[in-house]
Amino acid sequence: MSESAGHSTGEYIQHHLTNLQEGHGFWTFNLDTIITSALLGLLVFGLFAWVARKATSGVPGKLQAAVEIVLEMVQTQVKDTFHGEAGAVGPLALTIFIWVFTLNAMDLLPVDLLPMILGAFGIHYWKAVPTTDPNLTFAMSLTVFFLIYFYNIKVKKLGGFVHEVLTAPFGAKMAPFNLLFRIVEDLAKPVSLALRLFGNMYAGEMVFILIALLPVYLQWVLGAPWAIFHILIITLQAFIFMILTIIYLSMAHESH
Amino acid sequence: MNINATIFGQAITFAILIWFTMKFVWPPIIAALEERARKIADGLAAAERGKQDLAQAEQRSNEALNEAKAKAAEIIALSEKRRNEIIEAAREEAKVEADRVKSQARAEVDQEILRAKETLRDQVADLVVSGAEKILRREINAQAHSDLLVSIRAEL
Repeated sequence: MSESAGHSTGEYIQHHLTNLQEGHGFWTFNLDTIITSALLGLLVFGLFAWVARKATSGVPGKLQAAVEIVLEMVQTQVKDTFHGEAGAVGPLALTIFIWVFTLNAMDLLPVDLLPMILGAFGIHYWKAVPTTDPNLTFAMSLTVFFLIYFYNIKVKKLGGFVHEVLTAPFGAKMAPFNLLFRIVEDLAKPVSLALRLFGNMYAGEMVFILIALLPVYLQWVLGAPWAIFHILIITLQAFIFMILTIIYLSMAHESH
Repeated sequence: MNINATIFGQAITFAILIWFTMKFVWPPIIAALEERARKIADGLAAAERGKQDLAQAEQRSNEALNEAKAKAAEIIALSEKRRNEIIEAAREEAKVEADRVKSQARAEVDQEILRAKETLRDQVADLVVSGAEKILRREINAQAHSDLLVSIRAEL
């Protein structure tokens, strides 16, 4: 970025990785993450709801067909993974897929576009990609984690769940080990879900920022391939988050 | 990696979005998809039924056609037979009539012959009598010999 000539490279990167924050200590809110994710959620879920409201069982329009393709993809995944009544898992998986996909897609905007526009209005920090904020990815993965326990207890009842935790996979005699295994296993789920998405998007954004440091006439050499590659990453990460959620919840429905 | 209160905000947003999808996005589209799947299935079934109906109608029409053909052939055969019968009957009748006319004619001819014979006989008798009269005018008294003359006539 030629304008950053005055700043050092480190300052430029740091600038791009700083959230717009309000508050002190733990009670700090990353306003950029909250606003971007809410606005995009409003936009894309509003669009989906609008299409759904006008959905016809006759010949669908192109927009409806596109929405149906996404929905059928999600439904196929849920049906393939889930044995038995899926209930709310389909809508949950769809929510995850389209929200994560949309938030990830912010990655494809030029890294300086939003900071420049908002800078003109006196807002100097803006991380455009909400999925590079661990607060968002952990919020999602912990919600999923909560749902895993909710379904575990709903389906197996508390007794059945406790029995499973203490006896699987080594049998009742090894109860402490089973419990230990289970704790590790269950803690790994939200942590891996959140960190995988966060790590991928953060690293991707970082590479975009580094590419933006190249001279203007060279940026496209790396920027274009990386952006094209990122179309895959964006979709893939959204898909992985969705499919793992489906798998975890399907496991929560099944007795061992 | 700084976790702060944003996580609550994001969890709330996420929960709202899940609820929103469950209520306003997922059910209508799934309903439309299922409805369409049902429509397509119905359409395919209807097409299949239509095909079957067509085949059945074709079969029925063929049967009707064959039946009509058979009936026509039967009628033709019957009429031919009837024609032959009529011709035969007419021939028979004509023969009877001809015989009748022939025998009548023969009877008439016979009668005619008989009558001619009678007439001839009378004439011959008259001729004979008149000849005999002429011969015997002088000797034979017609009144006296009328018995004789009658017997002669009878003999002729």
